[in-house]
Parts: sequence; structure tokens; C-alpha cells
Amino acid sequence: MIRENSEVILSIQDLSAEVDGNPILKGLTLEIKAGEVHAIMGPNGSGKSTLSKILAGHPAYTVTSGSVTFHGKNLLEMEAEERAKSGIFLAFQYPLEIPGVSNLDFLRVAYNAKRKHEGLEELDAFDFDELVQAKLELLKMNPSFLSRSVNEGFSGGEKKRNEILQMALLEPKLAILDEIDSGLDIDALKVVSSGVNALTTPDNAVLLITHYQRLLNYIEPDYVHVMEAGRILTTGSKELAHELEARGYDWVRDEEVEAIAR
Amino acid sequence: MSIQVSTPPDVAENTITSKVDRAAYLAELINLRSPLAESLSWVQPIREQAVTQLKERSIPSNRDEEWRFTDLATLLKTRFVGLEPGELPDSAAISPFLLAESASSRLVFVDGVYAPDLSDTSGLPDTIKIGSLKDVAVPQHLAQQQGADEVFTLLNTAGVSDGAVVLVPADTVVEAPIHLLFVATGTAETLIQPRVLVVASTGSRVIFVEDFVALGDRAYFTNAVTEVWVEGNAEVGHVRVQREASSAFHIAKTAVSQARDSRYQMTVINLGASLSRHNLEVYQTGEQTDTTLNALTLLGQEQLSDTHSLIAFTKPYGTANQVNKCIVGDRAHAVFNGRIVVPQAAQLTNAAQLSRNLLVSPKARVDTKPQLEITADNVKCAHGATVSQLEEDELFYLQSRGIDATYARTLLTYAFAVEVVNQIEIPSLRDRLVAHLRQLPS
Repeated sequence: MIRENSEVILSIQDLSAEVDGNPILKGLTLEIKAGEVHAIMGPNGSGKSTLSKILAGHPAYTVTSGSVTFHGKNLLEMEAEERAKSGIFLAFQYPLEIPGVSNLDFLRVAYNAKRKHEGLEELDAFDFDELVQAKLELLKMNPSFLSRSVNEGFSGGEKKRNEILQMALLEPKLAILDEIDSGLDIDALKVVSSGVNALTTPDNAVLLITHYQRLLNYIEPDYVHVMEAGRILTTGSKELAHELEARGYDWVRDEEVEAIAR
Repeated sequence: MSIQVSTPPDVAENTITSKVDRAAYLAELINLRSPLAESLSWVQPIREQAVTQLKERSIPSNRDEEWRFTDLATLLKTRFVGLEPGELPDSAAISPFLLAESASSRLVFVDGVYAPDLSDTSGLPDTIKIGSLKDVAVPQHLAQQQGADEVFTLLNTAGVSDGAVVLVPADTVVEAPIHLLFVATGTAETLIQPRVLVVASTGSRVIFVEDFVALGDRAYFTNAVTEVWVEGNAEVGHVRVQREASSAFHIAKTAVSQARDSRYQMTVINLGASLSRHNLEVYQTGEQTDTTLNALTLLGQEQLSDTHSLIAFTKPYGTANQVNKCIVGDRAHAVFNGRIVVPQAAQLTNAAQLSRNLLVSPKARVDTKPQLEITADNVKCAHGATVSQLEEDELFYLQSRGIDATYARTLLTYAFAVEVVNQIEIPSLRDRLVAHLRQLPS
């Protein structure tokens, strides 16, 4: 939902970054306000996933220039866990398996880390259980998920639902969903999408990273950005996504070339 | 004010380098053995034969391939003493080590000597023969395993004066796990030589736990030998927990012989001792036998722990699955040598070995080596070894959920370890070990 005077949550200015000496982002600029849903589309290797990891604070990436502010604070100075506790959430494209740690314990530790950060009392196992049961229903998840090890032996769809379950618990200000639709059948996609939609409020924002237009039929973006070679080529409304689907990414590139030629 | 008094080290006494010295040292250890009880006269020839074989032997050095990474210099620097009959610990002292599931299926040995007052086997079926070697004669089984001529195994055999014996008759299922608790009093530099013999007769099933614990913290030396016979179609679960005192030495042999269609599943947890060595040998002597070996070694400070395992197939259709995990911190050192032998006759066998090691300190060290000797041509034999720090991506996943880096490390280290502990099907023991893992430093 686009509103004129809503608060700026995330502001990325002219961001460049590299991994192992290879430049991936090359002067990317993006602003996200409260209540908005942004989608970034682009071909493989355009830097979409890198952007999500840099925002979440992955240590393997080095920012070489530019700035990122989150709620007016310099995000790049914060450790990954600080960013998470301040309200950034990254749903992973490939969620990691942690054998030996129960999902319930993991969720409770993560939830309480945020509570503690906000100066609230940590929830005990009993109270937390009540909370998590309610969130499970939102994602139509079987309670047996909780006693299993984190993501171990989960199907692709179960892993993605587990990511959104974490989002539901952590109630982030900015949720970055990295290819949350990849590998999902249509039923699972509906469940995941309706979960995300239920969590969207005028106070938070969502950044969808996707390869396919299909996701945007279920989570409607306010803005669609097309990314290529480490920067945003063009921005439009959700109709842009349809056009991309129909005409392919080459079309955007040609438009760009024409624009420059003119 | 305190005054430190130091004496210059006596070089001649503290360094034993030559082969002659090592042989002499071995002879001293043999002489520390306890005399035989009258009821054990049948053991006398077995002991004497071992003494004869040892005359040709000495304590191995780093020049022996089998001991390349494990330096016994600190062992050789210690002068051990024989056992003196002392006061037995009371039941309160050992109660922290007891297992609820084995409340009446337990044998307790204090410094290798059977302690009937601390033991209780009333919950076991009468048909099972269980007790001290002094009460259950097993001349046809004792010291009959292959590999019995290894030097420390011989040392134990030369000094056999007591031991734990479990004989499960055919087609008998023993419901309660049998707990063999070896308590070291640890009040002197004693040589303790526990001996265990387990025979699971045809079609039987039994689970037993060998548990090495300590009350005191002197640099005593446990030299243990365990022989397991798994007869046709029998099933044995074996848990071995080594939590000796932190300055102790622990050298052990586990020799297992599996007849056709038998199943043997072992879980080893190595936690204690300044220097430990486990020689684990499984001989599949019949067709279609199944062997599962899981081990977790957890080291810190200056600890050294060495596992040398052997799985020897001899017949077709055998399977083996081995996972050896080590978590090594501080300046500790873990060694794993996993040998698998598949001769020509052992066609259609399937073996998998995995050595996974986690270094949690820059000064920690791991030496791991698979040793596959395969001459059969129609077999599956997979092996792998990893030595790593914690995965950056795993840490990042946890941190991206607001979990701080230190706790994330602890959680991942715990997760790495608990996989092995979860194989143990005895809840009270498993819970105790899990509680131990939860206190892991990262």
C-alpha cells in the first residue's frame, strides 16, 4: 500500500559490494516505506540474492561504497544479530538444516532474543508454546513440526513454511523473502502467500525477491524493480511483472539501450 | 607468602627412549598384577602364556605406524603402583553414576575389582549368567578373540584377576540394559585392568553399557579389554562411555566377533582422560552380518584421544556403517584411523565410514585417516572425512534470527555432538550426556 507520507524504513543509496574480490552490486539505489510491498525480479546472477544477504549482514560480502539506512540508522555498522533484533528478517532461499536442535527450541531462542532486545521479559516454554500454536494455524502447519530438528528432513515446501513461521513470530519491520516461491507447488504457494499477506501491516514492509511472476499473483507488490548486473534497471507497477513474464528480460535491456541512445 | 620448591628433573628417570627401556617399563607393569584367586586357577595358563608373549614386546613408540600420532612419553614418565586393598566407596559415592533403567541389572567394579555390595542383578532372568569372573568360569571364551596379541591387550591378559562376565543363553531377550560400572578411586597412580566378556548366544538380544568413571583425580592408568561374542542371529547393543579423571590414562581394546546374521550396534562416548586410546576391532565371521559404530570424542585442554578401528569382513552380504565424530578445543588432539578390510570372499558387502571433526580452537588438532583394504570386486565401500570449523552459513542463519554469535556457536556445536548421543536408547544415560553437552563451551 503506497501512502505519501509514510515513514521510510529502508534507504539504499548507490550501494556497491563484492564477494571474494568480485563486484556484484554496482550502484544500487532503493527506498522502501512503511506499508509497501516491493518485488525485485531479475535473471540469475543479477545480484538479487546478494542484496538480500548484504541487508541481513552476511559476513562474506564486502560493501565497497554507498550507504544503507534502516529506520534512520546505519545498517552496515550492525552485526547480523543486531539487525535481526532491530526488525530485519531474511527468509532464506535455502534454509539450513540444524540436526539435533528442535524447531521449538530454536524458535523460542530466536523469539526471546528479540524480546530481550526490546526490554521485555522472556517467555517461558509454556507461554511460548501457546503463542507458537496460534502461528502454526496461520501456516497450516502440523504441530509435529515443532519437535523435529530445525529443517532436518523437511520437504522444500515445509522449509519455506518454516521460514514464514519464523517471520510470524519475529514480526519484522522489514521482511526480505528470497525466492520464497521457488520449488513450491501451487497449494504450498497459496499457503505461504496468505501467511505473508496476513502478516503485512501499514507499519511494516516486504521485499520480495523472485524469479517468477507467479508469486506476484498471490502477494501483490506496490513496486516491481528489475535488477540486472548489480543495479536496478527499471521500476514500475505490478503490470511490469506481467510484461516481463510475456516478453522476457531482454525486452527491459533493449528498452534501456534505446533510452540511452535517445 | 608461599615458597615454591622445585627439584631439578632427573633426566635418566623421566625420559625413556630406547627400546630396552620401553621393554623394561613393560616388565614393571606386568609385575604390578594382582595375584590370582583360588577359583581362577583355570586362568593361570592364559596369564602365563601372555607373559611369555610379552617377553618379546615393548611399549610402542611413535616409530610404530599404529602409534604414529600418539606419544606415550607421558605414560612412560609415570611410575604406577599395584592395587592395595582399600576401603570401598559407599553407595552414596557411586549413586551419581547409576542408571535408573539398570537399577537391578548392574555390576560395579572398583579399581577393576568386583564389588558385590554395590552390584545388583536381581532384575535379570535367572538363565543369564552374570557376575565376576571369579564366579563364572569361561575358559573357552577368555582371550580367544583375534588381535589378542596386541601389547596392551596382552598386558591386561597377563594380569587378569577379575572381570565382568555376561552370558546370555540362546533366544533370550534381556529387556533391562546391563550396566557395567567401572569406578576408579583415583587416589594413587594405580594400574587398573578391567576385563569384560559378553557372549550373546544364538538368537538372543542384549544391551550393555560399559561406563568408566572416577572418584579421585590422580594419574591412574586404566588398561581395559572387552571381548564380545555375537552368535548367529543375535543382536547386541553396546554403549561405551569413557569419563575417566582428567589426568588419567585410558587404553582400551574392544574386540567383537560376529557370527552370521548377527547385528551389533555400538555407541562410544569419549570424554575423559589426559591420554586415551581405543582399539576397536569388529570381525564379521559369518554371512549377512550388520555392524553399526557411532562415536563421539569431546576434547579440551591438552587432551589426546586416539581411536583406531578395524572392521574386518570375511563373508558375503555384510554391512557396516561407521560415524566417528570429534570436537576438539583448546590444544587438544584427536586421532582417528578407520581401517576396513574386504577380502576376496566378502562379495556384495556394503560399508560406509564417515569421519567428521570440528575444531573449535585454533590450536586444536585432528589427524584422521581412512584405511580401506578392498580386494573383493563387487562391493560398495564409501568413506569420507571432514575437518572444519563451524560453517559460516550455519552461523549466519542463526544470527539472522537474532541469536548472538557466541550462543549460535554453542548451539551448532551441541547439535553436532548430540546426533551421536541420541543413538543411545537408555533415556537416563542419554539425558545425562545431553546435559553435559549443553554446558559445552564454544
